[in-house]
Amino acid sequence: MIGGTTGNSGCHGIVAGMTANNEGRGGIRLTHLTKSYGPVAAVRDVSLSIAPGETVALLGPNGAGKSTTIEMVLGLARPNSGSVSLFGLPPAQAIAAGAVGGMLQTGSLNLHLTVAELISMTASLYPHPLDVAEVLRATGTSEFADRRCSKLSGGQTQRVRFAISMVGNPDLLLLDEPTVALDVEGRRVFWDAIRAIAAQGKTVVFATHYLEEADAYADRIVLMSRGEIVADGPATEIKAKVGGRTIRATLPGADLARLAALPGVTAADRHGDAVILSATEPEAALRALLNEFPAARDVEVRGAQLEEAFLALTAEETDRDDAATGGAASKGQSR
Amino acid sequence: MTGASYIRYEVLQLFRNWRFLLFSVAYPLVIFWAVGLPNRHHTFDGIGFPLYFMAGMAVVGGMIAVISTGARIGLERTTGWTRQLRITPLKPPAYFAAKVICGYLGAIITIALVCLSGVALGVRLPAEDWAKLVGLLLVGLAPLAALGVALGHLVSGDAMAPVVGGTVTALALLGGSYGFLLAKSGVLFGIMKALPSYWLVQASKVASGGAVWPALAWIVIAGWAVVMVPLAVAVYRRDTSRV
Repeated sequence: MIGGTTGNSGCHGIVAGMTANNEGRGGIRLTHLTKSYGPVAAVRDVSLSIAPGETVALLGPNGAGKSTTIEMVLGLARPNSGSVSLFGLPPAQAIAAGAVGGMLQTGSLNLHLTVAELISMTASLYPHPLDVAEVLRATGTSEFADRRCSKLSGGQTQRVRFAISMVGNPDLLLLDEPTVALDVEGRRVFWDAIRAIAAQGKTVVFATHYLEEADAYADRIVLMSRGEIVADGPATEIKAKVGGRTIRATLPGADLARLAALPGVTAADRHGDAVILSATEPEAALRALLNEFPAARDVEVRGAQLEEAFLALTAEETDRDDAATGGAASKGQSR
Repeated sequence: MTGASYIRYEVLQLFRNWRFLLFSVAYPLVIFWAVGLPNRHHTFDGIGFPLYFMAGMAVVGGMIAVISTGARIGLERTTGWTRQLRITPLKPPAYFAAKVICGYLGAIITIALVCLSGVALGVRLPAEDWAKLVGLLLVGLAPLAALGVALGHLVSGDAMAPVVGGTVTALALLGGSYGFLLAKSGVLFGIMKALPSYWLVQASKVASGGAVWPALAWIVIAGWAVVMVPLAVAVYRRDTSRV
């Protein structure tokens, strides 16, 4: 349990927002955010509402606009147009009130402080911080708490950075690629801590390009590509959008057109001797496949992985190009 | 309140950074002893050489301390630490206040040690004049502290060390910290008199009676402050709006 000193005094916006009306004071609201760096449009008309208590993954490849979006939410980048509201406040005010914690993608912590000192210092900047010893333990930083920050490894630095972002006991935690540089054990510790934070009703938004992470740890996935939101919803919903199941079978020399025409099959592809069918109705597709292609062996059915959903949706986006803008924006739960 | 706790950690960092502290303190001390000891019975610019050179080296040490504050800001910008601080409730004025206070703390340490060395080499002043001398040094360093903050935002990464080093050296040489480059007349002398470092060194005339600083000195210090403080604020604003 992380929230030593949290409960009663700490979280202003959150508790009120959750019990009363999520849409009223709101959690996070991004309205038609646009940001260009010179001729490069980093973020294009992004609208997004996140209710207090949600854990949301911003998923997308490098250059999708995730970091720029997070920077605008944190007030570190100024949008060309559009606005950000955090618990009903502009970012600067929400930050000044101690309602926000952030973990940025930045370099070394080149400071002449020990890990424990740095975390204590950060805690001292917030009105209702967590207990530093608890945070050290929860983030797995206690074993090197007395080491200078400038002498840490990449993974250790990342853990310290996480500790810094959460020690202020913020209502909203924004994490930009938080598990980069973390080993397996580091990730486990990290996600355990995030789960504990989310369990207290805190809002957590993390950017990632690890599809499994978004799938495993977020209530909701916001898929970004080329500066736009291309899909937004529960992971299951995003998977459903691209045909649900995949059937894989070894079937040398099969006719792909015939396979694609099977009932319930939306697409067929070949990898060497294997064929891969995307199916909206896997049962019908399987029955038809085994009837019409008795030679099929090593048959395998699985839920479409987020990776495939991701590729399908972003490819779709590329194809439709400008036509997709309207669809993506309306999907973004604006208002 | 958050500012106060932040300053504590900045001061802690100042004393942890022994390489910097050693250089900023040891450099003026070593030069003072190396040049002051053999010349301790000479006079210079109308006063005893140890007194003059004590002020000169106190100014060098003080300038290193307050301007290097800027280098520290530049480093924290380069590593992204400044951005991390900007998403905490710490107010920017508190951040800059902490930097300036640390710069001054370093300056006070150096000035104290150089003055003690001066006493060891025979400098004798009434308590009141010591107070005036140190007071003027601290006042005169203010626009340079602002210059340091401005440099911290204007210069980045590798360029910082030569820029800070060059600035301190130029101000010290032209201000007369090491004695005078040329006769006290002509264009160059005019330039010298427009520098805060010149008047800082001239604070060594503290015992010569009357006002230590003429009106021109106050005008120069105030003028530098009027330029440097808004410059520091402006470059900070530009820096933070662009990122």
